[in-house]
Amino acid sequence: MSKALLEVEDLWVRFASKKRVVEAVRGISFSVGRERVGIVGESGSGKSMTGRSILRLIRHPGQVEAKKIHFDGQDLQALSEKEMRDVRGHKISLVMQDPKFSLNPVMKVGDQISEAYRVHTNASKTEAKERSIEMLNAVQIRNPERVYDSYPHEVSGGMGQRIMIAMMLIPEPDLLIADEPTSALDVTVQRRVLQIMDKLVQERGMGLIFISHDLNLVASFCDRVIIMYGGRIVETCRADELQNAKHPYTRGLLNALPDIHKPKDQLSVLERDPKWIEDPSVDAFL
Amino acid sequence: MSIDTTSHDQGFKGWLTSESPESRFHAQMVQLYAGWQSLVANRLAFLGFMIIVLLVLVAIFAPLLATHDPSIQNLKTTLLPPFTGGHILGTDDSGRDIWSRIIYGSRITLFIVALVAFTAPVFGLLVGTVSGYLGGWVDTVLMRITDIFLAFPRLVLALAFVSALGAGIENAILAISLTAWPPYARIARAETLTIRNSDYIAAIQLQGAGRLRIILGHIWPMCMSSLIVRVTLDMAGIILTAAGLGFLGLGAQPPSPEWGAMISSGRQFIHDHWWIATMPGLAIFIVSLGFNLLGDGLRDILDPKKAQS
Amino acid sequence: MPSSNNTMLKQEPIALDIQHLNVYFGEGHEKFRAVKDVSISVAAGGSYGLVGESGSGKSTVLRAVSGLVPSWDGTVAVNGEPISKKREMSYCRTIQMVFQDPYASLHPRHSIDRTLSEPLRLHKFDNIDDRVNQALVDVGLGRSFRFRYPHQLSGGQRQRVAIARALMLEPDILLLDEPTSALDVSVQAEILNLLSDIRKTRQLTYILVTHDLAVVAHMCDEIAVMSHGEIVEVMDVETMRDSKPQHEYTRELLEASEGYQPEA
Ligand SMILES: Nc1ncnc2c1ncn2[C@@H]1O[C@H](COP(=O)(O)OP(=O)(O)OP(=O)(O)O)[C@@H](O)[C@H]1O
Ligand SMILES: Nc1ncnc2c1ncn2[C@@H]1O[C@H](COP(=O)(O)OP(=O)(O)OP(=O)(O)O)[C@@H](O)[C@H]1O
Ligand SMILES: [Mg+2]
Ligand SMILES: [Mg+2]
Repeated sequence: MSKALLEVEDLWVRFASKKRVVEAVRGISFSVGRERVGIVGESGSGKSMTGRSILRLIRHPGQVEAKKIHFDGQDLQALSEKEMRDVRGHKISLVMQDPKFSLNPVMKVGDQISEAYRVHTNASKTEAKERSIEMLNAVQIRNPERVYDSYPHEVSGGMGQRIMIAMMLIPEPDLLIADEPTSALDVTVQRRVLQIMDKLVQERGMGLIFISHDLNLVASFCDRVIIMYGGRIVETCRADELQNAKHPYTRGLLNALPDIHKPKDQLSVLERDPKWIEDPSVDAFL
Repeated sequence: MSIDTTSHDQGFKGWLTSESPESRFHAQMVQLYAGWQSLVANRLAFLGFMIIVLLVLVAIFAPLLATHDPSIQNLKTTLLPPFTGGHILGTDDSGRDIWSRIIYGSRITLFIVALVAFTAPVFGLLVGTVSGYLGGWVDTVLMRITDIFLAFPRLVLALAFVSALGAGIENAILAISLTAWPPYARIARAETLTIRNSDYIAAIQLQGAGRLRIILGHIWPMCMSSLIVRVTLDMAGIILTAAGLGFLGLGAQPPSPEWGAMISSGRQFIHDHWWIATMPGLAIFIVSLGFNLLGDGLRDILDPKKAQS
Repeated sequence: MPSSNNTMLKQEPIALDIQHLNVYFGEGHEKFRAVKDVSISVAAGGSYGLVGESGSGKSTVLRAVSGLVPSWDGTVAVNGEPISKKREMSYCRTIQMVFQDPYASLHPRHSIDRTLSEPLRLHKFDNIDDRVNQALVDVGLGRSFRFRYPHQLSGGQRQRVAIARALMLEPDILLLDEPTSALDVSVQAEILNLLSDIRKTRQLTYILVTHDLAVVAHMCDEIAVMSHGEIVEVMDVETMRDSKPQHEYTRELLEASEGYQPEA
């Protein structure tokens, strides 16, 4: 396997207010090569904060602290805000959760994609538009011309998500952090979007951090899985071995899924053990 | 799930910061207290807030603070410099005590501010939200009218109104309000356009709420924060416009101690008796600064993006 | 078996009957038909699933039925009575909707109390206090949540509030637009269990839109598959479990829901 693209050691994310300190991520270490790494865990387990902290996109009053965040041998913590802006989008892209919040509601979808493209290349307007429509096509949007001229509220939830993906893939990043990129997509479109990402990983050697709470999907799509709970990594394994996971938390998540072939009256609900919070974080290196 | 290290307060403070209020009143108090805390935490905003509180207090207790009657003329004591003969800020050309006039003038300023602040934004909000929510020809008509008002410089339009209506403080306020609402209508409409397609509006439509109820009860609260910020920032400008009208002799009429009119009458003596025009000018400056600081701070405090998380 | 299923359907009256529904967006030459000739009928107490690709018009069907989209034609009958374009107040007490994104469907500046009590006030219910408290208990939140604001709640808690809001007016039919797609699996299990329980205790009729076939299989008796604004196949849940659908798109859907497969 190639060497690590991204190395993170002892990452903490804290939100301090007068009254209290919320620790969203508590000392996790992991690395990502030119592969597909899935991060799963329940809501609030710190998945998004992990993704955002790498790009230094944590809003005030959040604070990031880490022994090491290296990308491609470069120390990201040492970069200035200006140099960081160059890394963002250009080398590392982030598809954010909540496409509707991330898109500007009063600007046409197409203009937003073209702008994302033009910021990093010196393309002309017409060229940017061509590329944008091409990209919308690639993420399986029918009628890309109509969508190009729509406002965000005129597109369906799933289309919004694909628009975000198109916007993030257009500068051809080395590492893509995709935060629940397909949660609003139906399975067939989801598969095609994943195929696009897969192709980029296989052909261009892009690294992919795939944040999701769909365990089945992560198990079949990714190479490795990191399971987070309460800001820590409770377990890590090869994706195809996820079904045999040992940690009771992972088991609980797997059992909560409905299954087409095994109908039951009530779904089993996760029972949390307070001890899990205290368990030390597991390292998830390549 | 994440780790909180919360210090649980007891007693009244604990009640005010409770995470699960027990009644409607309690919930409002908790909200108010949270707002108050962020205001106090923002030093400059708090300074602005204190200046405005001071203005209100001065206006209320004017008779106690004033050392002289603001309108009694005394030809024996004309044009006294500050700190002479018991006149803290000196006297003007008619021998009236400037300190007392400024104190009483705060009432007029406050009157203008309060009246404009309660008419122009409310009217602008109404026009903007109705226009944005209903859309169609209502939107077209209302926005064209707004555009017409926006096309004139504010002071010029106010001047035109006052000359049509006749000089006087009430007409000046009316004129200022008439010229101040269009930008608020614009802001409110822009906000409404982003709000009206949201699911929470769809939800209340499904429950049978009428248009008026949706606009007043559901869209207004979402426009409030950006509007409050804008109004606060504009207050300085409104005070200045009022003063400008007073200065031109179209606002408050002498002998009323309106600050702008005071500057105007002090203008002729500006070279030899600088204090007559400077003192009310300083008062205008301080109050405008107060509103600006508060407005800036409120922008940070009320920012809906921040309120989200 | 389709035949036994049909006899079962005949016993129950039809709660919602949609015939030849078309929905349009835009005007003039930009006019665009988002839903094409869709017909659905749901028996009272039934649970009907609507699946299909993103942008195929699933939400639009629900929005047209609930009256949020004005430009449609066709007939929609609720409990046997055709409804007019202009919705009456009483209609709100028959049909309610739960939206996809719990982060966008609650008014950020209204307390839970206000969100839940406003419909009651609009429809002049009595005992508002008791009803709000009871509704919170029914969706498993408890009274301590009553005076909180949405930003103090997690996604799952917000969705419970949204369900409580939809139930405030005691409707017969609940339209569920991807009620769990923004929630993680453990919370999804809780919400799905809650929805099943409520349906049992209140004899509700559901139309559930989702793109997760496992969820429809768990929740619904009958399933319609939409593609490009049209219904391409209607099947019962057994047919789906046995992977015996007729239409090619449905097969593709089933195959894709088994997990990711790289491009052939
Ligand atoms: N501004 C903030 N102030 C305090 N705590 C915060 C703030 N933003 C996030 N958090 C906390 O950080 C924790 C991790 O949040 P994060 O968004 O990473 O969760 P997640 O795993 O991505 O969940 P989801 O699946 O819902 O997206 C949460 O418990 C949240 O409460
Ligand atoms: N307000 C609107 N104006 C114009 N077009 C719209 C509007 N709302 C929806 N559409 C269009 O109607 C089509 C169907 O959208 P709809 O939201 O019903 O899809 P959906 O099946 O619910 O998809 P998803 O699973 O992604 O939510 C889409 O092509 C969309 O662009
Ligand atoms: Mg997240
Ligand atoms: Mg939809």
